[in-house]
Amino acid sequence: MSPILEIHDLKKSFGAVEALRGAELICPAGEVTALVGDNGAGKSTLIRCITGVHPPDSGTIAFKGAPIHFASPTEARAVGIETVYQDLALVEDLTVWQNMYLNRELKRGIGPFRWLDRRRMIDETHAKLSRLLVNMPPVRAKVRRLSGGQRQSISIGRAASWGSALVIMDEPTAALGLRERGAVETLIGNLRGEGIAQLVISHDLEQVMRISDSVWVMRAGRTIAHWRTQEVDRTRIVAAIAGGEV
Amino acid sequence: MTNRVGVMLRDPGFWGDNAALIGLVVIGAVFSVLTPFFLTWANISDLLVSASILLVLATAQQFSIVTGGIDLSIAANLPWAAVVFGLAYNGGLGMPVSIIAAILAGTLVGVVNGLVIAKLKVNDFIATLGMLGVMNGVALIVSGGQSFAVNSHFLQGLALGSIGPIRYFYLIAILIAAGAHLLFTHTAFGTHVLATGGNRDAARNMGIPTDRMKIAVYVIDGALVGLAAILLVARTGGSDPSLQTSQLLTSIASVVLGGSSLFGGRAAVLGTVAGALVLTTLLNGFTLLQVSEYYQPMAVGIVVIAAAVLSRLQK
Repeated sequence: MSPILEIHDLKKSFGAVEALRGAELICPAGEVTALVGDNGAGKSTLIRCITGVHPPDSGTIAFKGAPIHFASPTEARAVGIETVYQDLALVEDLTVWQNMYLNRELKRGIGPFRWLDRRRMIDETHAKLSRLLVNMPPVRAKVRRLSGGQRQSISIGRAASWGSALVIMDEPTAALGLRERGAVETLIGNLRGEGIAQLVISHDLEQVMRISDSVWVMRAGRTIAHWRTQEVDRTRIVAAIAGGEV
Repeated sequence: MTNRVGVMLRDPGFWGDNAALIGLVVIGAVFSVLTPFFLTWANISDLLVSASILLVLATAQQFSIVTGGIDLSIAANLPWAAVVFGLAYNGGLGMPVSIIAAILAGTLVGVVNGLVIAKLKVNDFIATLGMLGVMNGVALIVSGGQSFAVNSHFLQGLALGSIGPIRYFYLIAILIAAGAHLLFTHTAFGTHVLATGGNRDAARNMGIPTDRMKIAVYVIDGALVGLAAILLVARTGGSDPSLQTSQLLTSIASVVLGGSSLFGGRAAVLGTVAGALVLTTLLNGFTLLQVSEYYQPMAVGIVVIAAAVLSRLQK
């Protein structure tokens, strides 16, 4: 399949610290790409460069074949790159549907008298999420009342619901229990079924083996290895992360 | 059905979420047993009139509190706007211009509050505490430190007139509170304000301009204080530049009683209305029962603490 995202020789320094020293990455359309590596290997910096949080110093990022230079996450979102952050995703005191449509509210009426179309947002939140989620919470419930897994599922479901071409997730299941982790993994599988490309950072190699189509290993600011997931085993990935023979 | 009511009543969250409304019913019931005058339309109407200014101020306070802020400058903004209103009218500018001047005077204080908080990154408490001092001084300087009479048929009509049995005074307050409620529940702007108060990073991450939201709530807050100043002048017949500390404290108490979190993110406008009514009802009932006014602040304090304890049960 053709790549949605193609990164070549990306470099980024913060003062004397070289966070990225020539990273490569390819995310094919409709596939789950896993990004693994030790803490400080440069995974988060790479993601922040893709989403416009940090501008890279050199190298190219191509999205759907065209080079991109985002100045902010809002610009990245506008072309269809959504990021799911672990803690700053949802507003707990708002309902599921309010979070789903946050800053994308549907309105009716004219001029200054534009009211929220609550009915339609509630219905469409239900329609969008219930197709994807394993354990669908009531859309009128406040997020505060939901479990960690439900919250994470809603964050991911929201990210994937706006015609996004690429959804980036940073440790989507790190804080979850076993069963909830399963629900999120099912959701990731459902999104792949919808043809959405996903880039997932994970420390959980068992999970990487279960959900990903390809896996990229980062070490010291470089992507040092990548495989089709079915052609590699856990031991080789661990060895690559730890710095052994690739 | 009775079963569902039972479940609801056994749920501690129900008591926490509706503390102010429950308090209002309980206090009302106690006073109606203690005195036959309490539950008469004449008394209820008087009670609502004396609650009106507090209702507008509490709604103003609600806007700053919902973003996790607080507006202490209300105590000085209220007399400042009242002085501007009085000076404008007595200076011959006419009622419409004076009304606009009062609301602009209040709004101006809100703009400064909002800019200092959002742009200079000063904590809400400190910024509005500073403006409390500044505007108290300005009001005293502009008025020469003296209160003065403001006589107008329009203001007398506003204070005393009614549509049928409904007095203009609380009609205005109720419309303001209803407007604020609709703003929070039925507009994108209101949702964005709630999101800014609930989780500023998440709101910003979704592209909401959180600094502009912060400024906007203080502007609305200030404009409502300007409106409250007009009601105050209409009710007292004059402009008084001295600090309105008790109005400030009861406005905060009303919002807290109503179940809004001081950490922001939750706007319980109807709760705030109930909270303001609870505090006014206490004073009204004590007056009817001829309890010494020295006991009144004590009762108000106890009610606020009791409500805070109840709200720990919130869902």
